[in-house]
Amino acid sequence: MADELNLVEKSKIMDNARMKRALSRLASEIVEENQGAKDLYLVGIRRRGVPIAERIAKKIEDLEGVRPLFGIIDITLYRDDLSTVGANPIVNRTELDEDISDKTVVLIDDVLYTGRTIRAALDQLMDFGRPKKVRLAVLINRGREHRELPIQADYIGKTVPTKKTEIIKVMLKEYDDEEAVWIYERPSE
Amino acid sequence: MDKPFRRRDLLGIRNLSAAEIVGILDTAENFREVNAREIKKVPTLRGKTVINLFFEASTRTRTSFELAAKRLSADAVNISVTSSALTKGETLIDTALNLDAMSPDCIVVRHSSAGVPHQLAKVSKAAIVNAGDGANEHPTQALLDAMTIREHKGKIENLQVAIVGDILHSRVARSNIHLLTKLGASIRVAGPKTLVPNDFQFLVEKDLHVAANVEEAIDGADVVMILRIQRERQDSAYFPTLREYAVHYGLTQERLNLAKSDAIVLHPGPMNRGIEIASDVADSSRSLILDQVKYGVAVRMAVLYLATGGNPA
Repeated sequence: MADELNLVEKSKIMDNARMKRALSRLASEIVEENQGAKDLYLVGIRRRGVPIAERIAKKIEDLEGVRPLFGIIDITLYRDDLSTVGANPIVNRTELDEDISDKTVVLIDDVLYTGRTIRAALDQLMDFGRPKKVRLAVLINRGREHRELPIQADYIGKTVPTKKTEIIKVMLKEYDDEEAVWIYERPSE
Repeated sequence: MDKPFRRRDLLGIRNLSAAEIVGILDTAENFREVNAREIKKVPTLRGKTVINLFFEASTRTRTSFELAAKRLSADAVNISVTSSALTKGETLIDTALNLDAMSPDCIVVRHSSAGVPHQLAKVSKAAIVNAGDGANEHPTQALLDAMTIREHKGKIENLQVAIVGDILHSRVARSNIHLLTKLGASIRVAGPKTLVPNDFQFLVEKDLHVAANVEEAIDGADVVMILRIQRERQDSAYFPTLREYAVHYGLTQERLNLAKSDAIVLHPGPMNRGIEIASDVADSSRSLILDQVKYGVAVRMAVLYLATGGNPA
């Protein structure tokens, strides 16, 4: 992706070790607030939220000895920009096999930016049931000035103030050759 | 060539590439999950209008398209020939222009004449989806058949597929032949000689064989696709009687035993039990007729999604 858009690499804001520590802390915070893994339902948002959610689930299992419920949400069918994004984006599958009703659902994504993805995920979640609570965990929280909806994260790996011309890229071994978080910049016209 | 489906209209399978076909099937695969939810509705096509314009009787296909549109939150309007202005003398193109003036996003059309969807596509600003045009094509049927085969066989490449019945008048056969050969299957067709012209083998470049009889077509097949015998053609002397048709060309358990032991049976419906397919075969575990209907909704959701969404890139 970086090549296609002619992005300029600016800096690495997290390496593998820092990512691991941040994810461990997120897992601890989640089980601390929930007082264990009971009725806890982690839901990763496709694409990059899913491996992050899997890692947090693993860490929660290590801490508590129980694996939290796990699901995947694809927000494509709930997007608010389908008539403007050009040809329709690829639809992937949502997998919420266990009932979400009366559970504490933690939505997990890689980056929180405008908040529109989270809005779509929340709408979809409500079509599946009535969770007791919904929380939001993100690895990277971009500055609040970018938010286009009143949505904030409850668990944050790292808050990074950014400019609109900058792009945050969370690299995961499932999709990339390294584990790291980079800031790129779009070259000025 | 290697682009996924990015067209506005779905007029037929013949002009699609293998990659486009696989793209539609993969999208449909992901829509199946929506049909399994308790709330079978997503807001994707909110504010879009889909008109089902049916000049030929249809229950299954029309309902399937209607449900697909509604589950995507589009507004669906059904127009059938008996209530249309065509019976009052309006031309087809005028009907299309009038519908167009109401700004629908998609018109799903079925007509007894081949080429009608193609004509509409030339004059209409809406996306046109062919729901069956004469003996030409029925693309969404072929797509749902392919989805059923893929689900049960895991692939389409290198499969032997027998298509049995009234090949001459069948748009289902034509669309399936195009689709399955593009994805690497081999087809054998069989039926009464009057309904299976030898020239049919030239429909596609390769992998299509006109079998001498039903037994030869079914022998060793992975998939047996039975076509509906169109009773309304019975008077045209293509075959003597329905009873004789059943005896010589009907799919009985005995004939099905010639196919591979794990062969599956498909039928586009509505079926004539005891004529082109024996009741025990239709009700057996080999028959996937209701799966076809189930996958039909997902296929049509995928087609409506791809045809109406966004601006073609």
